[in-house]
Amino acid sequence: MSTILEMRNIAKRFGPVKALSDVSFSVEPGEIHALCGENGAGKSTLMKILSGVYPAGSYDGQIVFDGEERRFADLNGSEALGIIIIHQELALIPLLSVQENIFITHPPGRFGVIDRDAARVRARDLMRQVGLTEAPETLVTHLGVAKQQLVEIAKALSKKVRLLILDEPTASLNERDSAALLDLLLAFKAEGLSSILISHKLNEISRVADRITVLRDGRSVGTIDCRNGPADEDEIIRLMVNRDLEHRYPPHTPLIGEMLMEVRGWSAWHPLHPDRQVIRNVDFHVRAGEIVGIAGLMGAGRTEFAMSLFGRSFGTRISGDVIMRGKAVDVSTVSRAIAAGLAYVTEDRKELGLHLGNEIRHNISLAELRGIARHGVIDEIAELRIAQDYRNRMRIRSPDVQQMAGRLSGGNQQKVVLSKWLFTNPDVLILDEPTRGIDVGAKYEIYALIQQMADSGRGCVVISSEMPELLGICDRICVMNEGRFVGAFTREEASQEKIMRAIVRSTSDSMPISTIPSETASLAVSSLAAGAS
Amino acid sequence: MSDHILLPGDPLSSAGDTGPAGGAPGGHTLGNSAMGRFIRNNLREYGMFISLVAIGLFFEIMTNGTLLRPLNLTNLVLQNSYIVIMALGMLLVIVSGHIDLSVGSVAGFTGAVAAVLMVQWHCNVVVTTLTCLATGALIGAAQGYWIAYFRIPSFIVTLAGMLVFKGLALALLGGQSLGPFSTVFQKLSSGFIPEFLPKIGHYNPSSLILGVIVAAAMVVGAVRARARYQRNEIDVEPMPLFIGKNVAVFGIIVYLATLISGYRGLPNVLIIMAVLIALYSFVTSRTTLGRQIYAVGGNVRAAALSGIRTERLTFLTFVNMGVLAALGGLIFAARLNTATPKAGLGFELDVIAACFIGGASAYGGVGRVGGAVIGAMIMGLMNNGMSILGIGIDYQQVLKGLVLLGAVCVDVYNQRRA
Repeated sequence: MSTILEMRNIAKRFGPVKALSDVSFSVEPGEIHALCGENGAGKSTLMKILSGVYPAGSYDGQIVFDGEERRFADLNGSEALGIIIIHQELALIPLLSVQENIFITHPPGRFGVIDRDAARVRARDLMRQVGLTEAPETLVTHLGVAKQQLVEIAKALSKKVRLLILDEPTASLNERDSAALLDLLLAFKAEGLSSILISHKLNEISRVADRITVLRDGRSVGTIDCRNGPADEDEIIRLMVNRDLEHRYPPHTPLIGEMLMEVRGWSAWHPLHPDRQVIRNVDFHVRAGEIVGIAGLMGAGRTEFAMSLFGRSFGTRISGDVIMRGKAVDVSTVSRAIAAGLAYVTEDRKELGLHLGNEIRHNISLAELRGIARHGVIDEIAELRIAQDYRNRMRIRSPDVQQMAGRLSGGNQQKVVLSKWLFTNPDVLILDEPTRGIDVGAKYEIYALIQQMADSGRGCVVISSEMPELLGICDRICVMNEGRFVGAFTREEASQEKIMRAIVRSTSDSMPISTIPSETASLAVSSLAAGAS
Repeated sequence: MSDHILLPGDPLSSAGDTGPAGGAPGGHTLGNSAMGRFIRNNLREYGMFISLVAIGLFFEIMTNGTLLRPLNLTNLVLQNSYIVIMALGMLLVIVSGHIDLSVGSVAGFTGAVAAVLMVQWHCNVVVTTLTCLATGALIGAAQGYWIAYFRIPSFIVTLAGMLVFKGLALALLGGQSLGPFSTVFQKLSSGFIPEFLPKIGHYNPSSLILGVIVAAAMVVGAVRARARYQRNEIDVEPMPLFIGKNVAVFGIIVYLATLISGYRGLPNVLIIMAVLIALYSFVTSRTTLGRQIYAVGGNVRAAALSGIRTERLTFLTFVNMGVLAALGGLIFAARLNTATPKAGLGFELDVIAACFIGGASAYGGVGRVGGAVIGAMIMGLMNNGMSILGIGIDYQQVLKGLVLLGAVCVDVYNQRRA
């Protein structure tokens, strides 16, 4: 059987970190090939290698396209052969028209002068192929996400695409738009176009894919052929998560006490897309001494939930109640949230958590300046003592606390952030991806610190995309998907399969209509109306 | 370091800690000798101070001693006081990650308001001064509102403000100069502290005594701070460096005080300036308010997530800037003894340049009051020195521009190497 693309034994390192260790798969002409795997399994890295973003020589293995080995120096090399990738974050320029975006790199014309009439005619033709009826002069910013996605596809078609790669194309689309997009993909397939679909929505994959390759920890662990019958979701999940759990987590006996924080009926809407409800009327609670995990895929709404809770740092039209130790509290600003006993350790340490150009001691005191000052005057000696104390307790490895935070390793930076929030003496700590970008040894230390915080009577909420981590340290795991909690498991009952199943089973398509919140229903209706007009 | 933060010694006396902006990298990897380490770690601060002294000496020699004649030294203070005062406000604005292009126009406008109140409406000095400072605060609030709460870039808002208040000053004065002011008001910038003691030769003893007291207070403060740091096992600068530095600071202050008391004594405006410098040094380096301003400028999103009310703080830095611009405008008007439509022209450039020469970062989060003051003094020395030398206004500007570029380049180079 002929193949249009074959990737053989691809491996890629970033410094000491192995992103891909051995990936092989192939795409046949006119096939929709799905790639799936957990966050960090290596899907995006693989596609960057295929499209030439990581040039030949920076990885091991072979790429064979059209029967010849190819060595792409950059994106242009792969695009010249018709390999077009559409990223999850669309690469359109919002204030240019659809037509200008379609021909942004290769406008029709001569000697650098654009032939606008030709561009308009060709743009209209391409737009018709993807089902866009807007005028080619429409600015991209005036289109919804779904239509922008279609513009991207039209752009790909204009480049004589032979292999279309879609990275999570439906992540930000509603069900109807997702279905339309997948239908379009099937229509292209009927015309002989090959595509690679990266998605974690198993229901979508099983609807359109001919074959599915599963990646796990930088390896291709299996390819499932579903042309002769539908794929078994359980098998896909098992392939996705099957991993040995080593002794990477400190042993811990929880001492769970009284109810610390209850969140009731929490809702939040996207600040930029006001018709998207990001958090849908959720309930949540943490007890003293408890470590609660929030599992979910990227975009599930976990960070959005935490940040909207923490002084409305994300979202608009936020509603719901927060009850701390039985009393309703005001968390409408960050300082009020801190005063109410909440702390949020961000997932983006460098951008949101630290002042990299400032010293360790100033970083630690920043969220609780009152604790080192009297009448607004800072007691430098007290500040220094406190910083030194945290440096010792948290084992921050630095010559002294006058060291710049930016010069520390990821693990030590995270300890500075933890110190900063512990100094505010919170009742509940929300830790968002607390071990992201941290080496294994430091991870163990962070886990131990989280357990210590819980043992001192605090409630800890750990948001993580690494399921083994949640299984390793949490007493209870809540699963979030599409802005809702779709499952909760105690430490004993939780398993990667159960979590993954809760996620994929809850994706909107497979949900009974009665459980879809009214907001979603009205959203679907309004987009229907918009589509009809 | 709260009690020794007057005048030029400041950047040196802070060598034991690196301040909120923390210019110094961890020195454990550099050099072996403690002395070398300290000099390297505080290169920027020592460098700035040494540059100021070098430029002073250069012009002193080139002008055959005219520069440091008591009369000229007094003029130097009077000519630059309003730039220094406005630089204090500008430093906060720049540290918080913004810029204010309107200060010159605002200073001119408030000068015009003062003239209208005092000359046309015959208001008394106190009412006029307070009204003008309030006007400055109001202008700062109006601009800060758009910047802080509407997220309109400060460059644009204050560019608009620059045009608006330049125009309003012109309108208010009807294109004419307005003066003279009452003699009491003139004392604001051309008065000297009263002399109670009999003159010794042509020296004013009160001014000399005050100078010695201030110099001694700074040294005592430095010694006590050093002892406090040592008690708490915080690294301090090596003894020889400490002694050398304090002797230099003491010597320079007493020397300058001696010179200036040989003319008519300490100008009132120098006292105002010194008090404000001390106040702003203290606020920026020792208070939670100051710490929060640095945090907002360094990483506004991290600051917001730490519970700092970033918008309000930005707003307040502009209100403060407005008040100081108004004060600068009053001092300038009092010095000319007339309000002119052209007053304040180009002040913003000198003020902003002073901050950047003094080591503030255009990206926000870094900069010190001592640095801005030294920067303003370097600009003032160059203006004055070049004028005495008879260099035309054309090449004066060229040279000032090159010094600004050079100072920032050296700064960036040092930081990259660190």
